[in-house]
Amino acid sequence: MLMRQPFVMRLARLHSGFGWAVLLLLTALALVVVPLLNQFVTPDSALYIPDWLVTLTGRFLCLALVALALDLIWGYTGILSLGHGAFFALGGYVMGMHLTHNRMETGTIPNFIQFLGRDDWPWFWVPFQSFWFTAVMVFLVPGALALVFGFFAFRSRVRGVYFAIITQALTFASMLFFYRTETGFGGNTGLTDFRELLGFSVREADTRLVLFMLSAVAVMLSYLLCRYIVTSKLGRVLVAIRDAESRVRFTGYNPLRYKLFVWTVSAMLCGLAGALYVPQTGVINPGEMAPANSIEMAVWVALGGRGTLVGALVGAGTVNGLKTWITAAYPDLWLFVLGGLFIAVTLFLPKGLMGLRQQMAGRSKQ
Amino acid sequence: MSMMDTLRELGKREEVFSFLQHAAPSPALDTRHGPILYVEGVTKSFDGFRALDDLTLYIDDGELRCLIGPNGAGKTTLMDVLTGKTRPDTGQAWFGQRLNLLELPEHVIAQSGIGRKFQKPTVFEQLTVFENLELAMHASRGLWTSLRWRLDGEQQDRIDEVLALISLTEQAHAPAGVLSHGQKQWLEIGSLLMQNPRLLLVDEPVAGMTGQESEKTAELLTSLAGKHSVVVVEHDMDFVRSIARTVSVLHQGSVLAEGSMDEIQSDARVREVYLGE
Repeated sequence: MLMRQPFVMRLARLHSGFGWAVLLLLTALALVVVPLLNQFVTPDSALYIPDWLVTLTGRFLCLALVALALDLIWGYTGILSLGHGAFFALGGYVMGMHLTHNRMETGTIPNFIQFLGRDDWPWFWVPFQSFWFTAVMVFLVPGALALVFGFFAFRSRVRGVYFAIITQALTFASMLFFYRTETGFGGNTGLTDFRELLGFSVREADTRLVLFMLSAVAVMLSYLLCRYIVTSKLGRVLVAIRDAESRVRFTGYNPLRYKLFVWTVSAMLCGLAGALYVPQTGVINPGEMAPANSIEMAVWVALGGRGTLVGALVGAGTVNGLKTWITAAYPDLWLFVLGGLFIAVTLFLPKGLMGLRQQMAGRSKQ
Repeated sequence: MSMMDTLRELGKREEVFSFLQHAAPSPALDTRHGPILYVEGVTKSFDGFRALDDLTLYIDDGELRCLIGPNGAGKTTLMDVLTGKTRPDTGQAWFGQRLNLLELPEHVIAQSGIGRKFQKPTVFEQLTVFENLELAMHASRGLWTSLRWRLDGEQQDRIDEVLALISLTEQAHAPAGVLSHGQKQWLEIGSLLMQNPRLLLVDEPVAGMTGQESEKTAELLTSLAGKHSVVVVEHDMDFVRSIARTVSVLHQGSVLAEGSMDEIQSDARVREVYLGE
């Protein structure tokens, strides 16, 4: 029998006191300190956080959320997905469709739909006029794709490298679908020129600040959700599936259900990340679904350290920080750095940055 | 029983409805006729090689049975068939009178009460010994139950009991990956006990164990018989002699002889293919 226990108690046990302190500190930093330094400190002060930095960090937070989702499926369940870019971009497109509605005056439609020879919104565009419908679809569209795709892949017991390759195919196929003008999603330009969200201009610094704060809250809540999953018995079943799937089956668990659950949750978190990313970036196009993007996501997690959740966040921050700096300073070098990073992590940091301390401790013991 | 049969049953007023009668521990398992396992005429070929050839075998409820036979006799393939890992080409395999093992997926077979210990010990290496046992514990295998799972006092006690039984109390919170080969064997047996299966299929339980350890294993397996049915595959003849009541000798995919250890040892054909060498 399940013991009835207050949910709060279970939540409190997600972390040690120290863990909670760090988490609260980071949250306070994002929700109080950053807004204060951005709004109330004069630009010439050393403590001033400029608007561009707020937006950049907000976008990084969204990417960190993707890394978190990827770690759940890769780090814990041992299923490497190289197609999470598709789920991320789908969440982005859902939000982009709502923002496109918002920028058009009533009765007008965007050019890319006019070029298809239509004078009204296609049926699949119409409901995205509603913000709440959009907010639900941000989760449901990537979730449904993941559920159907995952069902067939996991039922056929596709695993390991083969699974990774078909997820690459998934994101590539999605990219081709969205590239086509006839499908009605703006072709290779994608959706852009956004103006407002819920009546607030997405170009205003204040709105950007709120979006940054929302992203921070999303990352924190998603982190807690993931932590809740991996510290439950369900999480231990996931680790068991990663290490000895057939044994799990002979113990009476149906791995299909467990994998499908965590795979779908992961895709939904990516959808959320995409939806928060798009208004801060101002554009969504099929390029986000390029296979290379999804591979880069795996590098974030590998660099940070698989199966730790925190590592995913650290990895996403580090790689994207480097990327921002290097693509500005030495634009031609980035891909070499990324490749080098991946090789270095594989050779020297099998457990990523999070395993570094452990590795150092092991060396000093020797 | 199908819905229609149940309805028809309700129409008969002169007798107690049969669906009210059975009180077996596992509701779907029906062993009223004696045997818990029926294997009839099972054949399985791999690329023309007949791993199982028209094999017929019955295991009684509560029985302890040893399967012996030379390499390639089909022992492990038989276990694969019974646990749903391999589907045979022809034949029948029933668990009790109701459960057709050839139609059920692995996890349903496991849930319905067949536990398996592999030849090579497989434990969840990244999980602790305690977590290994907790995961195996008999309970609903649903997602929601797992997500909200919490051990109560009784379950905690049960795990401690099994930990003591398999002599791993001290290692309870160590990752299972650091255990020695023999300890992993024990942990796997412990996990089997946690599942509380009606039928245990145990593949080479004493491989890699010291004499003392195998003695203890023998004791444990013997004590299980009665409450559970146990099928043991083993090469170690001393071990088989120490636990066996009935022994089946497999040869080239079918049962060559069956009987007590003495009968088996005096059987001329058995001596020829197996013991005589």
